[in-house]
Amino acid sequence: MRRSSVLIAALALGVLWQLAAWVVHRPILPPPLEVVRVFAVEIVGDLGLDFLASLGRVVASMALAVVTAVPAGLALGQMPALNRIFSPVIYILYPIPKVVLVPVILLFLGISDLAKVVIIFLILFFQILVLVRDQAASLRPELVASVRSLGAGRRALFRFVYYPASLPAILTALRQSIGTAVAVLYVAELFATQRGLGYYIYLHGSTLFDYPRMYAGVLAMSLLGLGLYFGVDGLQRRLCPWQFAR
Amino acid sequence: MIELDGLTFRYPDGSAVFEGFAWRVAAGEAWAVLGPSGCGKTTLLYLLAGLRPASAGEVRVAGEPILRPRPRTGLILQDFGLLPWATVRDNIALGLRVRGFYGPDGKHAPAGEAVTARREITQTWIERLGLEPIAGSYPGQISGGQRQRTAIARTLALNPDLLLMDEPFAALDAPTREDLQNLTLKLRRERRLTTVIVTHTIEEAALLGEHVLVLGRLPNHTARIVANPGAGDPAFRASAAYVAACARLRQELEAAR
Repeated sequence: MRRSSVLIAALALGVLWQLAAWVVHRPILPPPLEVVRVFAVEIVGDLGLDFLASLGRVVASMALAVVTAVPAGLALGQMPALNRIFSPVIYILYPIPKVVLVPVILLFLGISDLAKVVIIFLILFFQILVLVRDQAASLRPELVASVRSLGAGRRALFRFVYYPASLPAILTALRQSIGTAVAVLYVAELFATQRGLGYYIYLHGSTLFDYPRMYAGVLAMSLLGLGLYFGVDGLQRRLCPWQFAR
Repeated sequence: MIELDGLTFRYPDGSAVFEGFAWRVAAGEAWAVLGPSGCGKTTLLYLLAGLRPASAGEVRVAGEPILRPRPRTGLILQDFGLLPWATVRDNIALGLRVRGFYGPDGKHAPAGEAVTARREITQTWIERLGLEPIAGSYPGQISGGQRQRTAIARTLALNPDLLLMDEPFAALDAPTREDLQNLTLKLRRERRLTTVIVTHTIEEAALLGEHVLVLGRLPNHTARIVANPGAGDPAFRASAAYVAACARLRQELEAAR
């Protein structure tokens, strides 16, 4: 995805929004420019702090998911016997919408940040696990054999083969699950918090009926997802240059 | 250099590929292992490389029993041996980096031989094999011949005394194959390498093997050996002796089936 095409898409959506605002002509759908104006004011205040809180939670979830799912995925991918045992478990748990677990997690982990991080973590974990496992399983045995013949034992194989081989899978999984992660963030931040974009949107939309502010929150959430997407994309270009070589 | 005694290898399903097999290779010899597919050629090479354990019997290289890959043995496979995510230069440096990773522990790298000039050694082999123009390219971007040159450079950068090759040129077009066969002959002589090259083509065995081990029906019990003293010189291809050697190998191959 190119930056210029994102800009064009944003402009097109803005035009549609404006048209819809004219047609509806109600406070519940303010015109985009008004929202942008409110956004510009709010982002240096409360909205900015909420943005940072949400960003922190998503990044923490990502980090937690990577450090747990990657070793697990590598192990499953390289050990068919282990995979035979765990594969059914994964496929039973994978399709469960993690949002339904929100009350349960809040009950057990309390109203802390940890609960919110864990909810997003659950979504990312399975995506990364499955992609990394498949990537590790698809490594050619000839490749492993020839690197072993150069003297590589388990540790060197991890450093020179498994780790670089699974990098694209990790980043692809992250990129694919950012959208879901941010969407679930909204639900997670509805409960028991005073900070976060989910809280900000809910407060202004459903409690204070301040629609321009609510939409400014939605805009911030969209930008959060977009920013993370480009962040991971940039990381992939830096860490996996061979994927882009022509 | 290589001693196999009472070697038995069975697949997990119990079918034997080698049974009580004995074979000797002296230092500096050039061997070809010839046989139809499924005769155990590649298995033999993996056993020699320490990548597969024998079911019974002994595999010794340079007097040491082989239980894991030996630092002084180089292995070149037909394809897929290069890291797809590393440039030609980084692939050539890989063996040296692995050695640096462990240090000269005698297990993963030769004892008492720290890698000090990785860049220089890598650069020397890039130039030696004419890979400078593509040193920054990835394996997916270069030709099959260039990939095998990279694999050869990576292996020889580790200064092996035994070189094992598994159908290294099978996937290449004829001119590239001849080119790399000649290069192999030259490097072999220069570095006094003991070489074992596995091939399914009679012509390649006749050109590269001063001794040819012919494998056939499973399980292989005894080593059928054909002496081929004319091999080792690119000019051998054009001689009558070469044609005679090919005919002889064809006969042996038929007899071994």
